[in-house]
Amino acid sequence: MTADLVIEAEGLVKTFGKTRALQGVDLAVPRGTVLGVLGPNGAGKTTAVRILSTLLTPDAGSARISGFDVVRDAERVRQSIGLTGQYASVDEDLTGRQNLELFGTLLELGRTGARRRAAELLDWFDLTDAANRPAKTYSGGMRRRLDLAASLVGSPDVIFLDEPTTGLDPAKREDMWDVVRSLVGNGSTVLLTTQYLEEADALADAITVIDHGRVIAHDTPEGLKRVVGGQTLEVRPSDPAHLPRTAEILTQVGSGAPADEIRKGVLAVPVTDDAALTESVARFATAGIAVTELSLHLPSLDEVFFTLTGRTASEDDTTRPTEVAA
Amino acid sequence: MSTLIDAPPTRSRGLSNSVPNPRPFRLVRHSLALAKRSLIKTWRTPEALIDVTLQPVLFLIIFVYVFGGAVAGSTHDYLQFLLPGILAQTIATGAIAIGVNLNTDIAKGIFDRFRSLPIPRSAPLVGAVLGDVVRYVIVTVSTLAIGYVMGFRIDTDPFRAIAGCLLAVLFALCLSWLPVLVSMKVRTAGAVQGVMFALIMPLSFASNVFVGADTLPGWMQAFVDVNPMTHLVASVRGLFLGTPLGNHVWWTLAWCAGFVAVFMPLALRAYRKKI
Repeated sequence: MTADLVIEAEGLVKTFGKTRALQGVDLAVPRGTVLGVLGPNGAGKTTAVRILSTLLTPDAGSARISGFDVVRDAERVRQSIGLTGQYASVDEDLTGRQNLELFGTLLELGRTGARRRAAELLDWFDLTDAANRPAKTYSGGMRRRLDLAASLVGSPDVIFLDEPTTGLDPAKREDMWDVVRSLVGNGSTVLLTTQYLEEADALADAITVIDHGRVIAHDTPEGLKRVVGGQTLEVRPSDPAHLPRTAEILTQVGSGAPADEIRKGVLAVPVTDDAALTESVARFATAGIAVTELSLHLPSLDEVFFTLTGRTASEDDTTRPTEVAA
Repeated sequence: MSTLIDAPPTRSRGLSNSVPNPRPFRLVRHSLALAKRSLIKTWRTPEALIDVTLQPVLFLIIFVYVFGGAVAGSTHDYLQFLLPGILAQTIATGAIAIGVNLNTDIAKGIFDRFRSLPIPRSAPLVGAVLGDVVRYVIVTVSTLAIGYVMGFRIDTDPFRAIAGCLLAVLFALCLSWLPVLVSMKVRTAGAVQGVMFALIMPLSFASNVFVGADTLPGWMQAFVDVNPMTHLVASVRGLFLGTPLGNHVWWTLAWCAGFVAVFMPLALRAYRKKI
């Protein structure tokens, strides 16, 4: 065991009937870092998280959290982890405060301790005003925050976030990212599953890409982006007559490849860094070109998969169950 | 969300990486904390109490006034006879709800979180079972209350009457491990309800709940004689009205012990295996 690795897994295999959810997955997360596990529905992300959080036992392979085996020392593992599932798993009939106090009691914080910890977390997650309302009255974003708060009641060293932002709108997603960043800033180790390269890029120190229960890539976000291509700048000039001139400017600010019309009236060019955005804005202003859309994109999961495997992630969704570990 | 950029609040827990040294009676304390959760859920959804409030009222009114004259010659005599039976029947059907609720809860994922906590794995189930005691107390109170309004009177003394009520509550508490087991084995909440009704209905009708067993054909009498519901009803009748108790209380207690001894381990095992 490397002293530094908080989460280690070797050769995890798990089969459900005929579905081979995991076919030998290795994972390694050093202390105080974030691992992004990127993959489409049905890739085996949730199964891996469920094994690491002691909810499932692997058919083969082994995993350790802080050095404790997830099967043999499951009880010890449970004392140092926090789990936030894909679906907000708080009790809807209980208030936010009651939910958190329940977990505090179960984690042996004592009556006063549970109360104090619940109040701290409600405050920190901006839920104090809603603390005494049943969770079923919460908005989607509030539920996710409460769900995450519930997994932090015991101040766990290791936090599993299974698609924490799926279904949230972009603003709420960025709020969630801030939360994750501050958890890590506080020394926690986080394993995060996601379907968005953008999310993994924003949060993770390293990214493991899995597909069909196998690891198909493991790299830093920068390394992965070098492989799959970096960001794309997309522009829609207000006046289609400006398309040729816009294309010229884009090609100049881009990383070398000529601008391409990807949709009717929308031009795109690969760029190397964020500065290309500001530079293009300045040049459009100088040239007197008004634009209605201007955005910077990372490759989508589909594009990542196409680059890594030669086919898109969604291609085989029709031939296999999307939810292997419901 | 402006506060979110601060570091999260932490506290030294001293739990992680230290040797687990749980305080005693973990199962009891954790189960009680989770029973409190079921209680809160019950108060929040009063409409879920219809089976334990309205049903005994409707059954008593309908059976007493429709069948009373024909079966017992007078509605008052029939009310005296029937009330212990209705109490037993509604308390037994009241135990079905726990299976339905557990099935729904597990589908929602909150049990995943319980299972990822360092608590005894059986605590969420034991807690849910204990939390439902309040429902059985409500059945007892509402049955006796409507019975009193209709003219039912206890012929014994308060101690025996309370013993009768406690026996009925204990019966439901022990029987509820069966719906818990069923809820782990079938896919939907509706299926739990269907299976449980199919099991409970013969128990409550092929018994002494509605009529004395002496007029029944011999083969059915044989079933009635061993039916746990029969023993419960005979016990409650004896404790409320002073009719001969025989060994019925002991048989009822034996059935209760049997339910727990068989269904609780099976339910816990099914729960551990359920993904």
